[in-house]
Amino acid sequence: MKTFEIVTHAIDPQHYADMVLRPEAGAVTLFTGHVREWTKGVRTLYLAYEAYVPMAEKKLAQIGAEIEERWPGAQTAIAHRIGELAISDIAVVIAVSSPHRKAAYEANEYAIERIKEIVPIWKKEIWEDGEEWIGDQKKKPEGDGV
Amino acid sequence: MITVHYFAGLKEVTGVSQEQANLSGYTVQQLAQWAAEKYPGIDAGAARIAVNEEYALPEDRLQPGDVAAFIPPVSGG
Repeated sequence: MKTFEIVTHAIDPQHYADMVLRPEAGAVTLFTGHVREWTKGVRTLYLAYEAYVPMAEKKLAQIGAEIEERWPGAQTAIAHRIGELAISDIAVVIAVSSPHRKAAYEANEYAIERIKEIVPIWKKEIWEDGEEWIGDQKKKPEGDGV
Repeated sequence: MITVHYFAGLKEVTGVSQEQANLSGYTVQQLAQWAAEKYPGIDAGAARIAVNEEYALPEDRLQPGDVAAFIPPVSGG
């Protein structure tokens, strides 16, 4: 298991929390993003995620490096799942440890925002009456994803 | 030769996930124009282009063996 990775299997969040835990850490924030059934009145049956895997893993690692720079002492592990995911499945996990809790909270939110900006991963929503790659925001509202 | 990757909605327009093309010496901007001519339905303007797994600038020039990728707006998370 890698610290920054794209996976095709179910995610166990605890593994990533364990990766960042160390004696200096007084706080670990663990964020899991899940597949949501309803988005602004449109019912999703399931999601299909695709990634440019080698670049996506590099960009996840870049986010980890950005966090270390902005919140010295913070350590990060991130995994994103691709393939077909069912409602409530974990799509992404972000674990951040830091000496004190404020940095762990802030850095964790920073990580998900950056994922949505720079990491080459795409989500296709499959509805009862069709499907669409999200990103062009045609039918779907603002990117309020997870 | 240059390898060109397409993802997500762009892949559905091109019908291929990757291809080889003789684009050495092209700038990234010229690569986008080439794709837009080859695949009229492609919205190359909305995509960012990566070269060797890093976002590239329009003026960057492709070298033999480079791997380029059209990155449509991302939607992870």
